[in-house]
Amino acid sequence: MHRVTLSPNEKERRTRAITVLSLLAILIIVVFIVSMNTGFMRLSPREVLHTLLGDGTHQQKLILFDFRLPRIVISLLVGAGFAVSGCILQSLARNALAEPATLGISAGAGFAVIIFISFFPATTAAPVFVLPLLALGGASLTAALIYILAYRKADGLSPTRLILIGIAVAAGINACQLVLALRLDPNNYQFVATWIAGKIWGGDWRFVLALLPWIAILLPFAFYKARILNVLNLGDHTSLGLGMRVEKERILLLVTAVALAGSCVAVSGGIGFVGLIAPHLARKLVGPRHQVLLPASALTGALLMITADTIGRWVLQPAEVPTGIVVAIIGAPYFLYLLAKSKA
Amino acid sequence: MVSPSDIAHRNKNDTKKAIHTRPAAAMSILVIGLAAIAFGLALSVSVGAADIKLATVWEAIFHFNPDLQKHQVIRELRFPRAIAGALVGACFAVAGAIMQGMTRNPLADSGLLGLNAGAGVALAIVFAFAPSLSFTSLMLFCFIGAAIASFIVFGIGSLSFNGLTPLRLTLAGSAVSALLVAVSQGIAILFNLSQDIAFWLAGGMGGASWTQIKIIFPWVFVALIAAMMLSRSVTLLSLGREVAVGLGQRTRLVQLACMIVVVVLAGSAVSMVGPIAFIGLIIPHVARYFVGVDYRWIIPCSAVLGSLLIIFADIAARMINAPYETPLGALIAIIGVPFFIYLASKRKGEL
Repeated sequence: MHRVTLSPNEKERRTRAITVLSLLAILIIVVFIVSMNTGFMRLSPREVLHTLLGDGTHQQKLILFDFRLPRIVISLLVGAGFAVSGCILQSLARNALAEPATLGISAGAGFAVIIFISFFPATTAAPVFVLPLLALGGASLTAALIYILAYRKADGLSPTRLILIGIAVAAGINACQLVLALRLDPNNYQFVATWIAGKIWGGDWRFVLALLPWIAILLPFAFYKARILNVLNLGDHTSLGLGMRVEKERILLLVTAVALAGSCVAVSGGIGFVGLIAPHLARKLVGPRHQVLLPASALTGALLMITADTIGRWVLQPAEVPTGIVVAIIGAPYFLYLLAKSKA
Repeated sequence: MVSPSDIAHRNKNDTKKAIHTRPAAAMSILVIGLAAIAFGLALSVSVGAADIKLATVWEAIFHFNPDLQKHQVIRELRFPRAIAGALVGACFAVAGAIMQGMTRNPLADSGLLGLNAGAGVALAIVFAFAPSLSFTSLMLFCFIGAAIASFIVFGIGSLSFNGLTPLRLTLAGSAVSALLVAVSQGIAILFNLSQDIAFWLAGGMGGASWTQIKIIFPWVFVALIAAMMLSRSVTLLSLGREVAVGLGQRTRLVQLACMIVVVVLAGSAVSMVGPIAFIGLIIPHVARYFVGVDYRWIIPCSAVLGSLLIIFADIAARMINAPYETPLGALIAIIGVPFFIYLASKRKGEL
């Protein structure tokens, strides 16, 4: 459907989308700068700039490049990943409350990682690149399990059943996770507990490298599938009528969403609610068209995560609050608000 | 999305179900159940790290000899543990039964609806800021926590256009739980209490003592009596609010009373053994399956069956991986999750 001329309506929509996207980007940059300055060692914006340009003291370089920057980059990537994953899941389930965490996918990914940690000490170097794969395995298994349990021949994939079963599966996985976690020695336990609570494993570029390829491949792929999501969002019958291979596309997109969530969980632990809130806010800002909605969700998610990470680092100095906890404390009330408002 | 035909369908189902209540089945459950509880208690006392014969258990109770070490173990460790299990099981099960009846929600359970998490936060706060607080105050804090959580969950549920649908209630419960668990995790990590709190979160009878039982018993007893007194009203509520109002019930008052009972039951159970989910979900369904839809029978049967479940689950938890204990909460979740999935997918389409 290529149009030669844009209708005024279309034009307006386009300007709006561009404005929103650039505003989000600017906000991210602002928070990025603030985040660089926040922490146990304070650095002024000028010092940050100097260090970034290459002439800071050794200590400043250490703080920025080895501690803060990787962590911030990870928050951005994870935020974008969760948000896009949530956005896809919401469209696939046609339910505003779907996201990796409510569907139990995050729990599955986390469980795989915990199993690994409980057999191999967390300090060894090898797992960094293995973690995303493991998490991915866990996430896919859980997703498949939920899909199978929720699918009925008679009425396909009911969104309600999908979510209820997701909640139940997540509860079961959490219980098993607790059993495993209690067997760990206190050191490993502390590590796992903070990880479950959703802490960005900062201070290490290896995690960025482990996550980056996934995001770099999957996000563009999701953007590329935006049109298909638009159609799927209309319902199975309409999509079929428009000549789409619904089942194949749905599974492909589901795999994308699961892979995104899994790889993010591997690096950040169980952070919920980002995948829920970000697409919602984005939808309010730019409307339901996925060509714009997906990038907007990614940016909103990144913004949310970096903000939460900064707050977590700043609010109870010198102690750090895990990002997942900050996100839950901000996110859960918003979720409840959505729930109170929704008619479903 | 509840369509009119759904409602009609559901109502038809209700009336069809309403026809059968089975007092005979209920009576036999109560009698056999109580006998099984007595047997379970004895078994629970005899099983453990140090094996004790049932005859010794008998002696320890009726011819107590303070010089014998085994008698001491029985009196001070095993017995309170078994009794605590029985009490707590009854608490969770009855709380679940009342919630299911009151909200007409088959998926209601104090764990899934965030009450346990509320009590958990209260407990984390007490652990962190006033670890020396007496058990009585701890329990009262748990009540407050559970009350706040239930207030939020039910508040959200009833704020909306078509009220407390099962899906909405479950989602509100899971969100409130997520929030409250996040808060307790935060407290735990900041105060370096993680593993202490985790042990407690996993649910277990290990810490039960006579003092705790003495403090909790009056509350639980009164709440269970109150639950029995409310059971008739719960049956009416379970037929729908319109029906209850039409029959002259003051529904607001009854709902408030029910909530207080639920909060006391869940709060005291959580303060003793930690947040164990799914008992309140499973047991009332099992009871309903056997005795029909009258809550005058469902509530006492739930109490008995709940006690039974916990007593035997606790025995299993000690035997599966002896001498270590498997967390009770996890064990029950392993039964509970498939049950929940079964309930959730049994219904056609929307709940």
